[in-house]
Amino acid sequence: MTTDITPEARESSRGKIVDTAQYGLAAFLLVVGVLVLVDAAGLKDGFADQPVQPYTFGYVIGSVLVLLSVLLTVATYRGDVAEAEGGEDVDLTQGSDWATVAKLGAVFVVVVLTISWLGWAIVGAFLFVGTARVLGSRRLILDIAIGTALGLLTWYGFYVGLGIPIPAGVLDGVL
Amino acid sequence: MELLLDGFATALTPTNLLFAVIGVLLGTAVGVLPGIGPAMTVALLLPVTYNVSPSSALIMFAGIYYGGMYGGSTTSILLNTPGESSSVVTALEGNKMAKKGRAAQALATAAIGSFIAGTIGTVLLVVLAPNIADLVVTLGAPSYFAIMVLALFAVTAVLGSSKLRGFVALFLGLAIGLVGTSTGQARMTFGEAKLADGIDIVIVAVAIFAIGEALWVAAHLRRKPLEIIPVGQPWMSRSDWRRSWMPWLRGTAYGFPFGALPAGGAEVPTFLSYITERRLSKHPEEFGHGAIEGVAGPEAANNASAAGTLVPLLAIGLPTTATAAVILVAMQNYGLQPGPQFLDANPELVWALLASLFIANTLLLLINLPLAPVWAKLLQIPRPYLYAGILFFASLGAYSVNFDAFDLALLGVLGLLGLAMRRFGLPVLPLVIGVILGPLLELQLTQALAISQGDVSTLWSEPVAVAVYIVMALLLIGTIVAGRRTGTPSSELEDEKQEVSA
Repeated sequence: MTTDITPEARESSRGKIVDTAQYGLAAFLLVVGVLVLVDAAGLKDGFADQPVQPYTFGYVIGSVLVLLSVLLTVATYRGDVAEAEGGEDVDLTQGSDWATVAKLGAVFVVVVLTISWLGWAIVGAFLFVGTARVLGSRRLILDIAIGTALGLLTWYGFYVGLGIPIPAGVLDGVL
Repeated sequence: MELLLDGFATALTPTNLLFAVIGVLLGTAVGVLPGIGPAMTVALLLPVTYNVSPSSALIMFAGIYYGGMYGGSTTSILLNTPGESSSVVTALEGNKMAKKGRAAQALATAAIGSFIAGTIGTVLLVVLAPNIADLVVTLGAPSYFAIMVLALFAVTAVLGSSKLRGFVALFLGLAIGLVGTSTGQARMTFGEAKLADGIDIVIVAVAIFAIGEALWVAAHLRRKPLEIIPVGQPWMSRSDWRRSWMPWLRGTAYGFPFGALPAGGAEVPTFLSYITERRLSKHPEEFGHGAIEGVAGPEAANNASAAGTLVPLLAIGLPTTATAAVILVAMQNYGLQPGPQFLDANPELVWALLASLFIANTLLLLINLPLAPVWAKLLQIPRPYLYAGILFFASLGAYSVNFDAFDLALLGVLGLLGLAMRRFGLPVLPLVIGVILGPLLELQLTQALAISQGDVSTLWSEPVAVAVYIVMALLLIGTIVAGRRTGTPSSELEDEKQEVSA
């Protein structure tokens, strides 16, 4: 998905602003729509007590997604530009910093891959330290201290405070 | 009445009162953090309420809900940065007041106005919800189907500036709602057994709200710190009171009915309240420079609308705002299914919830008025820690559903979708409502057609269903007409929004 997103809206030869990245969104809708349709086509007829066939909603939703994809392509070609969402810490006057998002994604992938093995206490701490540094924090010791404290506190909070057996991973028996 | 007193008896035990206080404190603390609106506050704090008894969880939850709402208005006033569209109008006058050194008065009129509106709104809720539920019980599947279609249509086409983008978001949500084996055959699971039960709505909500927002902010992080205005002591002069009380009541009168409608929301009543106060004010020259009426009215409207939202939620099981959608998820997690049978099946829980809404509202006033300067300090958390913390707790929330790395992977993928939605201006609400209502819609249609043995005309066989379709047709015509005309109220509202963000 992220590769589709480029912030720069390009001026076309006729002087209209065309948000080329929006074609990417239209393509995404087309892919999802076709996926839903193909999936629906692969379903068998329902049971006798199922007046609504299992594929009915799939066909409707898939078709509409394809239609919306076409409409969005036309709207984009005509110069329709998305109104990006503002916010309290959002500065839309600068370009978008997708490198930061990619680094956050990398941290997140490591979390997903290691959580079953290392457990929440360690991985949670890593998640905090990693994302804080990517977002511009430069005090490593403090980051690690806060991350470790958060990881341990939430682990014990769930395990002891709420009585939810959150897996300890490699620290099983230590915590 | 007796039932409500029983509800208070349940809610007022020392343990439950403690849960209510914790809920209000947590809700306000998280809601005050920049970038976090009420819906996200509630979604992030959901895991905290697991594994306490349902009544304690509901009570804590009521506190989180009201705390989160109040936290949102604090950032609007002190930072000129509304966390969601319903507090946009509050920021208009509220931040001007703060810049004139009247932050404390703005926060106070917001808090007291919210309290009054919330209390009146909850009274109306207590009166209306059981009656509406009795009415709804008599409705059949065709009427339900019609009402749900109306809710989907209204949320998508009436709210929001771009209809096309609304429908894109809605149908992406409906596609996510297809995932699972609810019809007996695996749909959209791609052979993955972990998708057989569908995608947990908690994961969808946290991903779209929290992860999407954090990633979007990360891509555009403001490099300069925001200017934060000191609060001072919250205290209102006699003239502040005199100028506030009528706007509070008028705002409540606007907010509740809009909130109770399937397409109401909080944007329209807050804006109507603002216009009304500007017209009726004895000090019209102050508007645009920090008029207290312009904070009092819209804040009351916002809170009354939030109480109104609970009418369709409790009586029909129909969420009409992002926050209501998350509340519905929470209740389903407690094993409760809001809807017409809900009041009859769980009277003690429902009345405990209604009683705790009163209690949470009162606690909010008692706790937050004196603590306002403390909450304002939370605005100064360094941004890297703030957003790292949001990612941390969002991941914890998603992980705690099943303790499965697969859910975290889903969270990441849907988080990217949330990021893309913000980039392309796709509204979040239609997607979340689509995920929730899509499967319900299919269920109601199946039930209706099963009873009629496949005869499609059953869908318009009930008077309520016919009335709902007529309303939809009128809305459709109204939207098209409004779209053709320039200078409609909605475009005026857009202008105001842009002023705020500028």
